[in-house]
Parts: sequence; C-alpha cells; structure tokens
Amino acid sequence: MLDAKIPSGPLDQKWTDYKGHCKLVNPANKRKLEVIIVGTGLAGASAAAALGELGYKVKAFCFQDSPRRAHSIAAQGGINAAKNYQNDGDSVFRLFYDTIKGGDYRAREANVHRLAEVSANIIDQCVAQGVPFAREYGGLLSNRSFGGTQVQRTFYAAGQTGQQLLIGAYQALERQVALGNVDMYNRHEMLEVVVIDGKARGIITRDLITGKLERHFGHCVLLCSGGYGNVFYLSTNAMGSNVTAAWKAHKAGAYFGNPCFTQIHPTCIPVSGDHQSKLTLMSESLRNDGRIWVPKKQGDNRRPNEIPEEERDYYLERRYPAFGNLVPRDVASRAAKERCDAGYGVGSSKQAVYLDYAAAIERYGKGEANKRGLDHASKEEIIAMGKDVVKEKYGNLFDMYEKITGENPYEVPMRIYPAVHYTMGGLWVDYELMTTVPGLYALGEANFSDHGANRLGASALMQGLADGYFVIPYTLGNYLADEIRTSAIPTSHAAFEAAEKSVKDRIEKLMSIKGAQTVESFHKRLGKIMWDKCGMARNSQGLQEAITEIQALKKEFWSDLRIPGEINEMNFELDKAGRVADFIELGELMCKDALDRAESCGGHFREESQTEEGEALRHDDRFMYVSAWEYKGDHNWELHKESLDYEVVKPSQRSYK
Amino acid sequence: MEHNTMNLTLKVWRQKNANDRGNFETYQVSDISSEMSFLEMFDVLNERLIREGKDPIAFDHDCREGICGMCSMYIDGKPHGPWTQNTTCQLHMRAFKDGDTIVVEPWRAKAFPVVKDLVVDRTSFDRIIQAGGYISVNTGNAVDANALPVEKEKADAAFAAAACIGCGACVAACKNSSALLFVSAKVAHLALLPQGDPERKTRVVNMVAQMDKEGFGSCTATGACEATCPKGITIENIARLNKEYMVASLTSK
Repeated sequence: MLDAKIPSGPLDQKWTDYKGHCKLVNPANKRKLEVIIVGTGLAGASAAAALGELGYKVKAFCFQDSPRRAHSIAAQGGINAAKNYQNDGDSVFRLFYDTIKGGDYRAREANVHRLAEVSANIIDQCVAQGVPFAREYGGLLSNRSFGGTQVQRTFYAAGQTGQQLLIGAYQALERQVALGNVDMYNRHEMLEVVVIDGKARGIITRDLITGKLERHFGHCVLLCSGGYGNVFYLSTNAMGSNVTAAWKAHKAGAYFGNPCFTQIHPTCIPVSGDHQSKLTLMSESLRNDGRIWVPKKQGDNRRPNEIPEEERDYYLERRYPAFGNLVPRDVASRAAKERCDAGYGVGSSKQAVYLDYAAAIERYGKGEANKRGLDHASKEEIIAMGKDVVKEKYGNLFDMYEKITGENPYEVPMRIYPAVHYTMGGLWVDYELMTTVPGLYALGEANFSDHGANRLGASALMQGLADGYFVIPYTLGNYLADEIRTSAIPTSHAAFEAAEKSVKDRIEKLMSIKGAQTVESFHKRLGKIMWDKCGMARNSQGLQEAITEIQALKKEFWSDLRIPGEINEMNFELDKAGRVADFIELGELMCKDALDRAESCGGHFREESQTEEGEALRHDDRFMYVSAWEYKGDHNWELHKESLDYEVVKPSQRSYK
Repeated sequence: MEHNTMNLTLKVWRQKNANDRGNFETYQVSDISSEMSFLEMFDVLNERLIREGKDPIAFDHDCREGICGMCSMYIDGKPHGPWTQNTTCQLHMRAFKDGDTIVVEPWRAKAFPVVKDLVVDRTSFDRIIQAGGYISVNTGNAVDANALPVEKEKADAAFAAAACIGCGACVAACKNSSALLFVSAKVAHLALLPQGDPERKTRVVNMVAQMDKEGFGSCTATGACEATCPKGITIENIARLNKEYMVASLTSK
C-alpha cells in the first residue's frame, strides 16, 4: 500500500497542524534554491508568483507564446469557495462533503478538506489582485449555483471566470519576472525530467522556435501541465493541451493515479462533421436557468418550437427531482447518452439534446415587468425584457453558440451533447503534492488528488489556485529545508547529458520514419478508439479490444509516420508528433486501469456494474483505493494501491433524486 | 444546420523564419464545408500539403474558442477576418462563398516581428505588463473579499476592460501600429478598482514608457482598434488612460 503521508489528528486540524510544524527555509537560503515550474495555467502561474514572492529562484516554462494563453483561460462558469456570503447554509464542511460525494467517494478526505479550507483565501487573494468578479448593486460579490450542490457558492466573472483568474495570476507572475525572481521561458516544451541520486534535479526542454535542446537545473521540479483530455482527440481542451510533461515524469518513476477517471461534460456543442478539430463547452452555469429536454416520441423530426410542452420529456427533472437540471456532470452526461441511444436524440446527427431558455426568458421577463411596475406588459414585451436579462448573464456564451452553429439560441433551443472535458486522474501525489519521485511535484489538473471519480463544476479553478497559492508554498519548504546544502548541479553532469541524448535520439527517430501518414490521422484514430471503448460507458470486452488496437496503432505510428520539415526550426508537426506518441501510450494505460476497476464510480461507468435504474454501482468492498500505476517498460505497468480510509464521511450510494 | 460546400483560392504569406524575406503563395482548396471554422479549413489544407511532401503553413492557435488570444491571422485586410467582435478561430466558413479568393497575412507591426509564416512574436505585450500591469499584493496579504465594496457600475466597466485577450489585433489594425488600446484596457481595468488605486500613477507612466520603448506607434485616434477588437474593448479606455497619464504627469513629484 502507498503512503500518502497524511498528518494525524482530527480532519479539520490536519492542515493547521501541518502548517504549524512543517520545516521552513530562511530567506537567505531561499535565494539559493532553484525551482522549476512547467506550465503556467492557474496552478503554475500562481505557484510561480507565490514562490517568487517568497524569494526562491524560479524558472517557469510554457509551450504557448505567452503564459497568459494557458487553457485555464477557457474556464467559463466560476470558482467555488466556502464563503457563505449568501447565508444559505454553506460552510467548509459542506464544500468538503459535496466534493467528496460528487467525486463518488474516490477522493482523499484530508486533501479535499484542505481544499475547502483554503477556498475562501483564494477569493480574497483574487479580489486583492483586481480580479473583477460579478457584483451586486450594493457593491458586494455575487454568487450562483453549480451542479451537485444546493447552495450558491460559485463566484464568477460573466462567462469568463477562468480568463479573469488566469490574468490575475499571470499579472502576479509578470510582476515577479519584473522583480527578477522568475525567469520566464515561452515557447519551450519540457521533454525530460532529470533525476540524480533518486531526486528530480532538472529538465530538458526544446525551444519551439529554434528546435534547440536546453538543460535546466532545479532543486525541485513542479509539473503544472494540465490534463490529458486530448487523448480522445476531440475534447474541450485547447489544441496544444497534452500529457507529455506528465508522461515523461511517469516514465521517470512517478506513478500515474486513476488514469481512467475522465470527465465527460454534459453541455457541449455537438460535433458537426469529420473536419471537427475541437469541441466547445457551454458553461454548466447555463443549467442554472436552462431546461434540458428531448421529444417524448422517438425520431421526432419536428422543429423544437413546434413540439408542444406536453410532448417534451424533461428527463433530468423527471429522473432527479431533488437536483433536476443541476445534477453532477457524470449523471447528466449519462442521462443524455441514454436518451440518444434509445432513439430520442435531436438534430441531424440525432446525437444531441435540447437546452432550452424559453422558460427562463419568460420568468426573467415577468420579474423585470414586476420590478418596473408594468402590470399590463404584453407577452412580446415580457420576452424582450427577459432576453435582456439572459443576455446580461450569459450573453457571451449565447454569442459563441451562434458563431459556431449559425443558430440564434434566444429563439431556438441550443443543441448540446456530452464531450470530454477534464481528467480527474493524473500523477499520483501525496498530501504534500509530491509524486513518487522525491523533489518532483504535480499541481492542478496534472495531479490526481482532489476530485475522486468526478469533479464538481467550478472546482478545477479552486484546486489549481489552492495548490499554487496556498499549498505548495508550505509543502515545498518542508522538502527544500533539507536541500539548503545542495549547491546548484552543473548541467554538464552525466545525468543531464544522458537525458538530453535520449530526447535527441527520440526526435531523430521520429523524423527518420518518413512514412506516409500524418500525425493528425493517428491522433484521430486513437481518439476514436478511446471514445468508443473507454468513453462514457466501458465494458470488459471493449477495453480488451481497445488495448490490442492501441498496441497495433503504436506499431503503425512508429513505422509509417510522416513529419515534414526539419528538427532545428519551428516545426509544429514535430511538436505534435511527440505529444501524440505519448497519448498513444497513455491511452493503453487508461484502458488497463478502466479494465482493472470493475465497478462504476463517478465518470467511470462500467456497464457490468449498474443498479436496476441504470445508475453507477460502486463496489466499496473491492475498489476503495486509488490506482497508482508504475511504469515498468513497454506495455508493462505494475499496479500499486493507496487505500482510501474515510474517517468522517460515510460512503453511501450517491443519490440526487 | 443547413450547410454547403465551396471551392476557394487562398493567398497565404509564407516566410521560413525571421530572416527570410517572405512571399505570397497561392493554394486552391475544394469541398470546404460552410460549417468548418476558418482554422479547420487550414487544417485540411495543411494535411494535404504534408501528404504532398510540402511544408505546412505555420499559424498560432490554441483554445479555438475565442479566449486564449493566440490566433492572429490578417484576413482580407482585417485582423481576425470579416466578422465583428470575433477571433479567427471562431470565424466560420459560412462567412465566405464559393469561388472567393482569401488573402491571409500575419500581424504586421515593428513590435511584432514575424517568426514563421503567420506566426509573430508578441512578447512585447508581456513586457508592457511587467512594467506595471498588476497590483502589488503578495499571496496571503489579502483582506476579506467583501471588506471593500465596489460600485457595480465600476466593477462592470473594469470587467469590460479586463476582457482583453492580448491578441494584438488592435495593433495590427492600427495604421501606426499603436498598442494604446491594449495598454489602456489594462490601465483602466486596474484604475477603476479601489485595489488598483495606490499604484495608479506609476502604473500608467511606466506602462506607456515601455510601450514606446517596444517600438509601437502613436495613437491618432482613428478608432480602427475598437472596430477590430474581438472582445469589444472601447476607446473610452484610451480616454481613461489619457486622463490617468495627465494626472500622473501633473502631480508626480
């Protein structure tokens, strides 16, 4: 069994006790300690800023042209925090409990409680940085609700919350760059971890403009490189989002935790054709006011507005009266798939359901009419006023929908379908966010730690910033306090030499294949295998087939790939080839993990394990553990387990009815 | 959704690297669906070029949902193409019709040198932010978020300015390659909030100085930036910056 090094003591005292007793590094020594940070999204930028402020010598890396582009920027709906500003019964315990339950009892209690504890500090910090959260007329912060909760604890900035939080962290990071505490490397990709005497001591990067390989030393390495949803080819991730940094760490000894836990988000714009390169999310906040439905009749080809009220099936409200349209994401996604598979889907592909704002527009319109004392407002006037209210709340999302689909969502219901969005799995880390390689840390979506088998909406931003601003500044000190006697290791060291050589060899091997098929075509094929067999529903036979198919795909990739251009220049195809090669290997591990976990939990739905009503059925007696896979060589992994011991919450069958 | 297909002629700027002189190349693309995004049309073309053994066209892109600010094509003489308040990645092919010829170039500005083909170097924007585009608050120093109420109107205006995605379309649209809309959006965002007040004088002065140093041109108030901005950032922010700059210049010691 793996030891997560969880502090002893009562749950709500663990973090306080830890902070009170962890080792510290004095300011003079901090200046001598070098920290490498890979990725500059919410976790990476906040960690770089916070550690720079503390006085460490930080080097931060991102593959984009600026740290401000990281994909955290695309998060729309909001960030949770246990502030209880709404006086509706929220508390640290409630946020902790909702997150544990939402994760279907597959997350670590101590981590989640810490997350809930620091959530309030995040909002304070962001407001102090100038993050323009939505406010009420009294000048105080506004909240809304998200799936899987019954309180309003989500802070937001229209539909651009991730953007505003990331810009806040980015500005804090750039301030540290200006002060000389952080060196920023844009358009650099990490391609290897350097391990010396069992500890992470640096990385090898490739300059994506010149193709030059570089060696960078650090007393420790922090991976904040995001999730791996692009293994499915189509996802809501950015085109560049990849697993490469995490995968290199995995192959260098870091265990990979719960790789099969993937979040399929229920409200995305459906696929429109083979040319599709990515999918676009429509924020979960839309489920606050929108109603989801399909026709009651199979294969109903009428236009949505021609289908009368009594012939519509508001299936979420029907199946889950207590939470209705605000059930957690995994539940909502499966329910949509169930209706479409049963022949009730809508649109030309029949792989979509409606998200309808007509009722909300009318409700808001009536509210406005009341506010303005218009007792005799006509129906048209009410609708017009209602549209204005909806526009203020969700305008940017509605505009985006219209640009992509060419349809006006104020007039006709949106068509939506689930899509890959987030990966709860990631590098296994202990309570201090350290992987199984000493000195190598993983933060944010790159680690596996806080969301169990399903993440609640508005919790990714919370976790990224919690890890970067409020957890790593303490836990890193606890490690580096013992490193103050280690002076900087010259990058001429044999380990750096060897690491650079292996990167160089691999790139040359990729370039030398000179086959016929493009990187993109391999990625698409991998994505199809993953979506069909390791997607929203999985079964033993499908997963075994997928493993065989992926192994064959890997062989074909390494024998028939074509990469144009040269190594020593800007070469996006070469960048992508390295990433897809890693995705292929990860895909195999995900299927292996999904096969091992013969239960359903959260986003992981094994068809063999469901209740009579078709809900996910856990098997706590056999699967109350985190799967942590150790890389042993090609197609070969060893499973380690971390037992999940619930001291405070009693795991039960999740019910949102 | 109804869709149709079209055949198009593309004239695309090709430039091997920063030192290359560069030139336009012409490509024919066929069977392009009106439902494709503009970048997906480039994906299709690039796949073909690779199969033909040619070098694909390098262009910047990442989120493809209009928020990261990475995409940067100058399409038929307009940054981000014909639609208003839009980014290249959100431009869809239904904006064009069968038989059209489309000219695609990189952003052109002294402070945004071309890296390759349609890719430019926008790190000058990062350096402008480093000059003062932040509030100096260390992690852990913050007071309760509701301790300081902010008028909704000001908070909304600050948000509208903060919506800038740093793509550089304003610079590309400006005949002088001025970055004033970008700089003013940040100055306004932070000056409108009470948290940004203590540093407002040094911020505006330092950011403008850095902007000049980077080689951006001067503002002559043509409003091309506002007309082009994918996020609808208004030139009201430039007026705010001018006021901030004047106050700072007159009252600094």
